[in-house]
Amino acid sequence: MTAGTVESQAGTAAPHATATPLLTAHGLTKRFGGVAALDDLDLNVQRGEILGLIGPNGSGKTTFFNVVTAIYGADAGRILFDDADISRSTPPAVYHAGISRTFQRSRLSLPLSIFDNVMIGNHKRLNQSLWFNLVRRGAFIAECEANFAEARALVKSFDAPLADRMLEPVAGLPMIDRRRIEICRALISRPKLLLLDEPSAGMTQDETKQLMENILGIRERMAGLTIVIVEHEMAVIERITDRCVVLNFGRKIAEGTFAGIAADRQVQEAYLGLQ
Amino acid sequence: MTDAHDTARPSIFPGAIALALVTVYVIALLHAESQNTILTLLGVGAVAVTVAHWLGWLVPVARSFQARDDALALLAIVAALVVAVYFREDHFVLLLLCTVLLYTVATLGLNVQFGYAGVLNFAGASFFGIGAYTAAVLTQHTAVPHVLILLAGGIMAALIGSLLLLPVLRTRGHYAAVITIAFALLFKTFLEVNDILGGPQGLQVKAMSLFGWSFNDNIEIGGFEASFYFSYFAASLAILVIAFALVRRLERSWIGLNLDALRLDETAALCFGLNIVRWKVTAFLFGNVLIGVAGALYGMLVGFVQPNSFTFADSLIFVSILLLGGIGNPWGVVAATIIVVIVPEKLQAIQEYRFLLYALLVMAVLLFRPEGLLPRPVRNYLPGWRP
Repeated sequence: MTAGTVESQAGTAAPHATATPLLTAHGLTKRFGGVAALDDLDLNVQRGEILGLIGPNGSGKTTFFNVVTAIYGADAGRILFDDADISRSTPPAVYHAGISRTFQRSRLSLPLSIFDNVMIGNHKRLNQSLWFNLVRRGAFIAECEANFAEARALVKSFDAPLADRMLEPVAGLPMIDRRRIEICRALISRPKLLLLDEPSAGMTQDETKQLMENILGIRERMAGLTIVIVEHEMAVIERITDRCVVLNFGRKIAEGTFAGIAADRQVQEAYLGLQ
Repeated sequence: MTDAHDTARPSIFPGAIALALVTVYVIALLHAESQNTILTLLGVGAVAVTVAHWLGWLVPVARSFQARDDALALLAIVAALVVAVYFREDHFVLLLLCTVLLYTVATLGLNVQFGYAGVLNFAGASFFGIGAYTAAVLTQHTAVPHVLILLAGGIMAALIGSLLLLPVLRTRGHYAAVITIAFALLFKTFLEVNDILGGPQGLQVKAMSLFGWSFNDNIEIGGFEASFYFSYFAASLAILVIAFALVRRLERSWIGLNLDALRLDETAALCFGLNIVRWKVTAFLFGNVLIGVAGALYGMLVGFVQPNSFTFADSLIFVSILLLGGIGNPWGVVAATIIVVIVPEKLQAIQEYRFLLYALLVMAVLLFRPEGLLPRPVRNYLPGWRP
């Protein structure tokens, strides 16, 4: 059906064009009652690309993230990540496999410090044994300090002043800093795939611009990181994505570069209601 | 490089001075006999704290407790010993002090469950009772060393707690709380109809003895004479110190972070790899061990256990201590237990209205200071850590 489009895009998108896609969805379906939020969706994410996922409200973008991260189980279809089937997985297993995400409505732990919030994302790299945490305090403090330095450097690469406030609660920070911390929380464990769910929501245009520069900066520093971004702000999509997939009613209606899909009649119909 | 963290480490003195004042105040309060003196003292205390709050004097105190709480904890141990030595021949006061210490241990357990993991436990007194009944049965029928019996009390509370965990983990929020309430009511009824455990009359608990030294003998070492309760005081204090250190370490570790993460946002925690069940179980059992150990020593202390000592109302006292002190702050638990246990004992006029007053107190706290008397500060993995 749309296989031809995929082929034509492969060259521009992925540095490792010969390798299998990092993430593949085959016939992915998720129903809520009678509504199909995802309807037989086929989607590939190539290694190393920034893929924009766009579509009108309710077209299934966030549901796709929630199914990939196993918050919802799929009703039908398969998801392959790094050549392993993760269709019947659990959220912790998906995280351990190397997928991290942010949330549409920022889900930080507000009373906790910036450092604490970033460390929540580092769960799989921290020693979780009772004995280590309660008894071997010297070793724990060493691990804690090493992680602090790493978290601080990561936050600093987003915003230098923010890195001096690592032990302050997140509750007092403006939205852009919260988004930055959420992205740091997702990145600290060095995932292979980062899912960004509307990072510009609730921010001014200037803030959005800054954050996009941050995201492009990450890609330069973390070689091989693959990003899928859900976004309504078309300027953002145009600026940072290599390739876009357009969803409508849970189906893929177009795929290609931003310029390509912007000219697509079906996309214009879905967004603008053109007849 | 500009660094915001180049300010000096907060001084220990505000905290030490506050601790000394509280010690003197507690001694005065425990010493006072006439109801008028006690009322005056309570009034003075309330006014003093309010005025200090207005003047901003409590800020440096809080700061020094946050940054230097390792050293201040040592001073607090000294303060407790000073109070106990001052009242060394007064059975009543020492018994009261032991109760404060053991209730603090139990509430620290509750603090891990509710304050950190967010699992409400309205059966605290039941698990306290399980510890006490374990001590009763084991001291009566076995020759197990008493230190191990204390541990056994904790382990029993954790074992029976794991039965309760099955339904608690399948429900959320209020429903889980209702299950623990049901357990508290069932537990008391079970004890009342169970003849092996003494029915409504309860059981006797033998006095604690440690390495051949019975705790029920008065102490005479050189010129130092003290009530037999002094031994219990020392044992209770030792348990509190261990419990406090463990809870502190738990909070200041990745495990404490896990518990906060799952309490604040379970979905986000799941997406970052947390095994929710594992950590909820860890927190619940950890808390129950503390509650059970405290209960076992409490049983030996009072020498007698009966169903009526471990009712749902008693569980509510534990919860109100936690709410009053400041959920998640062990220092708050210590302060609140002192208030909740000592004040009604000294002020006989209000003894019968105890529960009414607790209820009013909890409502006032929830309305006007929902974070409690001593709100929990942001986590610091080391006291005074400034990386």
